[in-house]
Amino acid sequence: MTDDDLVFKALADPTRRFLLDRLFERDGRTLGDLVAEVERAETALTRFGVMKHLRVLEDAELVITRKEGREKKHFLNPVPIRLIHDRWIDKYTERRVSALTSLKHELENQEKQA
Amino acid sequence: MTTATQQSATHQIATTQMYRVYIRATPEAIWDAITKPEWSARYGFGGFVSYDLRKGGEYKVRPSAEFRAGAEARGNKLPEVIIDGEVLEADPPRKLVTTFRMLMDERLKGEGFTRITHEIVPGANGVCSLTLTHELEGAPTLAAILSGAFEAQGAGGGHAWVLSDLKSLLETGKSFADSN
Repeated sequence: MTDDDLVFKALADPTRRFLLDRLFERDGRTLGDLVAEVERAETALTRFGVMKHLRVLEDAELVITRKEGREKKHFLNPVPIRLIHDRWIDKYTERRVSALTSLKHELENQEKQA
Repeated sequence: MTTATQQSATHQIATTQMYRVYIRATPEAIWDAITKPEWSARYGFGGFVSYDLRKGGEYKVRPSAEFRAGAEARGNKLPEVIIDGEVLEADPPRKLVTTFRMLMDERLKGEGFTRITHEIVPGANGVCSLTLTHELEGAPTLAAILSGAFEAQGAGGGHAWVLSDLKSLLETGKSFADSN
């Protein structure tokens, strides 16, 4: 499997996207912390299950870990997603794409508030 | 504007950020691309780095003419040196630890010095990993910029963007700007 294959495979699962979302909100979390998040979301997943998903994310380099004292902290590594972004979106297209995504967010937010 | 404000509202930026990229290049080539101005000018923001590579040595980044013109067009007059810091550890071509302070405006300057570690680890088949760890205690504005939250406003996509561009330059000889 190529690096891109590993990234797309890792992203093609809602639990793994859930874990990345939690790390995007707050980075540098322990396994216990992430397990608690999964439990709060009421998904039927064991600690072992969360570990397995984290392993897939680590293999794709979307999550990297670092020891801080006695704890192992998990960090979201956005570089593999950036590489996919840069493959299809260049410097000039970027501005048009961000204008459109801003518009989408703005309109959808108005709708939510209405 | 909406995107950036939304992101900063929902994205609680952590005090440490970690980034890793795999690059098909020698550790020496990656080390040079980080520490030499003739390389640093060719990717990311295109700034000219200057490192005095010993403990206690100075670290400075001067903006390229293009970056300066871009900032001025947005009404932001840049100082001569836009990043400064001190070398804490230099072990070529494996490990570089420096402090890092952005001087682009008073607010960023006021956040003070943060700490960046670059680690290069050779792997199989001529591919190295480059890991960047940025400890950002007390620097929430800098943390937001480096995580790419203000990309739509022209602040660049932060470390992820810079590292992706560095990989592209070393592997293909072309950076993001060259490909247009």
